[in-house]
Amino acid sequence: MAWLGSACLFAGLLTALYAAAASLWGARSGEWRWVASGRRAIFALAGLLAVAFAVLEAAYLRSDFSFALVAQNSSEATPAFYKLTAMWSSQEGSLLLWVFLLSLYASTVLLLVRRRLREIVPYAQAVLAVVAAFFLGLVVFAEPPFATLASPPADGNGLQPLLRHPAMMIHPPMLYLGYVGFSVPFAFAIGALASRRTGADWIQATRRFSLAAWSFLGFGIMLGALWSYTELGWGGYWAWDPVENAALMPWLVGTAFIHSVMIQEKRGMLRVWNVSLIIGTFVLSLLGTFLVRSGILDSIHAFGASTLGGPFLAFIVAVLAGSAALVVSRLGDLRSQARLDSLLSREAVFLANNLVLVGLCFVVFWGTFFPLISEAIGGEEASVGPPWFSRYTTPLALVLVALTGIGPVFAWRRATWASLRRALVPPLALTAVALAVMLALTPAAESVPSLVMFSLVAFVLGVVAQEYWRGVRARRVMAGEPWPVALVALVGRNRRRYGGYIVHAGIALALLGVAASSAFVEQRDARLVPGQSTTVGDYTITYREPIARVLDDRSGTGAPLTLGARLEVEKDGERFVVEPSRNYYGASRPDPQAPLRSFFDGEATSEVDVRWGLLRDFWIAAVPDLQTLEEPIREGDERFASLGSDVGGLLVAALAERFANTASPVTVRALVSPMVAWIWIGGLVAVLGAVIALWPAGRRPLGGVYAARVGRELREFARA
Amino acid sequence: MDPARKRQLRLVTLLTVALLLAGALVYTSFSAATEQRTPSQVLAAGDDQTYDLGGTVVAGSVRREGDVLAFELRDPDGTAKLPVRYTGVVPDPFREGREVIVTGKLQDGTFVAEKDSLVTKCPSKFESDRETAGSGG
Repeated sequence: MAWLGSACLFAGLLTALYAAAASLWGARSGEWRWVASGRRAIFALAGLLAVAFAVLEAAYLRSDFSFALVAQNSSEATPAFYKLTAMWSSQEGSLLLWVFLLSLYASTVLLLVRRRLREIVPYAQAVLAVVAAFFLGLVVFAEPPFATLASPPADGNGLQPLLRHPAMMIHPPMLYLGYVGFSVPFAFAIGALASRRTGADWIQATRRFSLAAWSFLGFGIMLGALWSYTELGWGGYWAWDPVENAALMPWLVGTAFIHSVMIQEKRGMLRVWNVSLIIGTFVLSLLGTFLVRSGILDSIHAFGASTLGGPFLAFIVAVLAGSAALVVSRLGDLRSQARLDSLLSREAVFLANNLVLVGLCFVVFWGTFFPLISEAIGGEEASVGPPWFSRYTTPLALVLVALTGIGPVFAWRRATWASLRRALVPPLALTAVALAVMLALTPAAESVPSLVMFSLVAFVLGVVAQEYWRGVRARRVMAGEPWPVALVALVGRNRRRYGGYIVHAGIALALLGVAASSAFVEQRDARLVPGQSTTVGDYTITYREPIARVLDDRSGTGAPLTLGARLEVEKDGERFVVEPSRNYYGASRPDPQAPLRSFFDGEATSEVDVRWGLLRDFWIAAVPDLQTLEEPIREGDERFASLGSDVGGLLVAALAERFANTASPVTVRALVSPMVAWIWIGGLVAVLGAVIALWPAGRRPLGGVYAARVGRELREFARA
Repeated sequence: MDPARKRQLRLVTLLTVALLLAGALVYTSFSAATEQRTPSQVLAAGDDQTYDLGGTVVAGSVRREGDVLAFELRDPDGTAKLPVRYTGVVPDPFREGREVIVTGKLQDGTFVAEKDSLVTKCPSKFESDRETAGSGG
């Protein structure tokens, strides 16, 4: 079946090139049928790629090891869920996923705008087709996902054990839905520039796509953090690692974009800025895809040198240079229709928010690429660590949250002091109360930045609650609705605004979790023998006994051997048992002379145990000490090496039993991390808000043309 | 002041502030950065400055002494070796023969690493095993 997949990709490349050519020809000649043909070609591309995607997934499910990719990162023993998701752990598979998602996004948006934006669409279509053609070129010529093996192995390598975590398997498609999604507003921005239709049409047509891409990317980043927290065994969720930063940068600039486009929609301002932001977001998305794959920066994720560096870099430079040239050539069409009336206005707050977000992105960019920058300047490779990042991101994040709070309070154009005072007093009062409570009852004052963050979060939540309260009260008075009806009607009538407020609340809650957990985490590393105790925070941890499980991994990763520790934890008379452990997967190429030694030296992953809580998480990881097994392993290898793998399994089982029955020492890391759970809760709240904000509105009572006419007549009436 | 002039003044102020901040950022990044060195470079320098030491874990050199993980690093393309003492979390992919980076400084011929500073790289050899790779995070 691999031939079918390859054929689809090759046909897809030709289709994408045709779509680009037909769309451009249609735009130049004004013959709409060519544009329509180009659009149909993009639909066809989505179909072809769906077939290719299905062929590859089927091969994974069937464990068809004649597919080189399946042999590389799947195996008979890999659980079905991980078989289905193993595709994007390879470079080839993830590129296929990228372009498949692009074809789906492109088809959806082109279907939605098929009768509108006739000047912009042909160019946007061409841009989408060119981007698709680039990725298809990569999978056809450089990294073929359907390469076959002449002599398929009996079993595959299996999925890299570190990736066997539910969050990690959903995280890549989420990130990609974000990265790829931004190509839609990007394409329409280029279309708007090329056709000189630089009003807000392109923004409105792609608003939901921008917001969806932003939400997916944010959700993907959160899942990555969750994976780091529960799988990597160090207890943190963010390390300013290049690959984390790579996903954060387009998200930051994308956040600036979805705010500042509102100014263009409302006031016709900031046109150059908005197209620049979306170009930046898209280029950073490409860079994010590329960074993970390139190996140019050291990271726990660095995947070794790739063949893709050259083409990717060339494409990024071409996109950047081409877009910049287009913007410069269209500066005349991008003039603002209005000016900033006052610094006391929503526009001004949004501008400040934009500067902070772009500043944050610059900090992250500089720190991430510092090794390359310092090598280029001084010839010495050097890197900056998390403290450097925090020094700048902490104050910027505080300013950002403050702006999130005051933004909704400011009116468009010009706010009056009186209205500001009215709107600010209740949330500020709430903030003061929260601050007093924190100072009186909690140790929050020990970390000033955290205290400021907590107060600002209270402020943001207060503003959001007040906005809802005011809206509901107005509806109750005006429409005489009971308050639940009024609430639903309020949100339903202005999903964008009230969904947006929920996003604000979610992000504020997530930052609350970040501030609390980073400032007040308590940590203990200890080496224990059975019976020994240690403490972390108010918790006393006692090591009871070693545990060993053969072919019984509770987290469902399919690990053959699990060694760990059973520990009893006590706090204020309350007791519970935790079982952190380590999964052993064996070596992919065992040494025939020492099969047992290579089994234990093979891949192994931490399986941490977490007691989740709204106030604090108790988190514990363990590394079992295999010293007590040293002797039996050597002996086993000497006596049984010649007997082959059948006996190997029995020997491992015997060693596991021996481990459980001896007083094996264990090294544990225990953390008491306050309010980490709010990061995940806040993330989910933000996603909920985004879903509300982009939920399709019902049929509008007025047709667009009719509404425009009424509007024009009203304006003329007002002028007269 | 007329509005146009006021706007100009505002813009200039804003740009100046942005430039100053960017300048501070760039300046501190150079002073806060740790330079990356190979074992032979650290041995040759012989000072007690903090470095990121990058190298290959020498086969057969890994020992656990209580909380301390002791191992030797050698140049990826050379033979110069440096003993390392490290405490803290050992990342799962840490193995003999793989490339790692630790941050620390030289003390009496031994590179004493800061706690939790060990980072594992996935060298091209690892990639050719075709068992690594992942889509990030």
